[in-house]
Amino acid sequence: MSELLPNLFRTEYRKIVSVLGKKFGFEQLEVAEDIVSDTFLVAASTWGLKGKIPANPTAWLYNVAKNKAVNYLEHQQVFDKKIAPELKQESRESKVPGEFEIDLSPQNINDSQLQMMFAVCNPSIPVEAQIGLSLRILCGFGIDEIADAFLADKDTINKRLFRAKQKLREENVEIALPVTAELEGRLQTVLRTIYLFFNEGYYSESQNVTLRKDVCFEAIRLCYMLVENSTTNKPDVNALLSLMCFHASRFDARLDENGEQILYEEQDTTRWDTDLVRRGEYFLNLSATGNKLSKYHVEAAIAYWHTNKADTAEKWESILSLYNELLMIEYSPVAALNRTYAVSKVHGKKSAIEEAKKLELTDTHFYFALLGELYTGVDNTLAIENFEKARSMAKTDSEKKTIKKKMDKLDV
Amino acid sequence: MKEFLFIYRREANADAGVQWSPERIQALLKPWQDWMGGLAAQNKLVDRGNRLDGDGSVVKSGNIVTNGPYVEMKEAVGGYSLVRAKDLKEASELAKGCPILQVGGSVEVRTILAMDPIEIK
Repeated sequence: MSELLPNLFRTEYRKIVSVLGKKFGFEQLEVAEDIVSDTFLVAASTWGLKGKIPANPTAWLYNVAKNKAVNYLEHQQVFDKKIAPELKQESRESKVPGEFEIDLSPQNINDSQLQMMFAVCNPSIPVEAQIGLSLRILCGFGIDEIADAFLADKDTINKRLFRAKQKLREENVEIALPVTAELEGRLQTVLRTIYLFFNEGYYSESQNVTLRKDVCFEAIRLCYMLVENSTTNKPDVNALLSLMCFHASRFDARLDENGEQILYEEQDTTRWDTDLVRRGEYFLNLSATGNKLSKYHVEAAIAYWHTNKADTAEKWESILSLYNELLMIEYSPVAALNRTYAVSKVHGKKSAIEEAKKLELTDTHFYFALLGELYTGVDNTLAIENFEKARSMAKTDSEKKTIKKKMDKLDV
Repeated sequence: MKEFLFIYRREANADAGVQWSPERIQALLKPWQDWMGGLAAQNKLVDRGNRLDGDGSVVKSGNIVTNGPYVEMKEAVGGYSLVRAKDLKEASELAKGCPILQVGGSVEVRTILAMDPIEIK
């Protein structure tokens, strides 16, 4: 049982919370969360006390949660009918006791989760709050896990989630799929959140590798839910899913046992997950419809090229032109730096140095690390100078170590 | 930062009689792509704009429509982009990398006047 309950919590908490949350609305989301937490508490004590696990533990949990929810709604109704009218002079639509239905069918669970996803990924709250709420409500993560992933303390996370829920209430955000006219725009917000959510796990500085991996796979799972639903199964959704599969395929190869990064060139390719690479290719093919080229398409194509480790001219020329494309869709400093690296692979280090100088991204250590890389073998004194600057600006020990390793290889 | 219009011009009919192949088109487009990618990497490309077909007409008052001005003009507009720069000097500097200069063409750099509500008043 020690394994069973945490596993059930991970898979079932989010489903029940989504269904109850959908039923109750943001107005009473906390009540929904409390009911589900209570349900698991009851399970822990009852199953432990009897020393016996029910034949169908999931059904058992659903039943308990259902009863608790119906009880709550009935009490609420008494309050609404008898007391609230006195206070507000208005009555909600009246229902007879027993009329409340909590539908925990697979279909409704799926629908509710998808609707909850759109509700949580709402532009009215900051994106880190969207990610936090997604982790909590849609993925069943504990506050301490979220805090660990964000490298923040529990208090900060609690406050952030509290404020976010309050804001969603104030804005009267509905737990529903957007209407057709708004779907495209709202879907973009959802995709952006899933993308950043994934990056949070992939690039997190947390030492907890298992947790980071979980975060990445949860992002993939949420995106997969969008692909599975015909309303939201759009080309760019497939492109994002493909991109995340390609990245995730290198998850085991890019971190050592201490959670420190292993550079791409030094990765053991036998540790790349070929199954995920194939899935990436599959969704990349599915994404190639319609007439819109999203940044996810371009990034997925870049990630695809990175699954071929061999340095061919074709590979780098393709990567360079993809970065050109990506930057024209949306500028980002990271893409500008990566493009310059691709320039060095296609046109040589000297032209890349010229291009790099024009970027003037002097507030990030990645810029100086790139210059160090480009000057290596061209002018090692300048290479050292830039690496030194990068090292002094780097935020984590792991990054400082990686830069140091590069410096040690240089002889001046 | 201001915005500038880059107008690309080159000799009219320069491509007359050229046999186009996918490789040839690719070879022609690549320097453009790299140059614009470079502008975008500096966050200075507002809009890559469009290439213009040789086909066109000129409409003048009195219902006069002529097929293209190119017969009487040496250079034709082949495309345009929108670029972001500190001033005209920097914008001109950016234009120096344009691949059209390699094939005898030119870039006209023009400052875009911002729609300033005060000015309109």
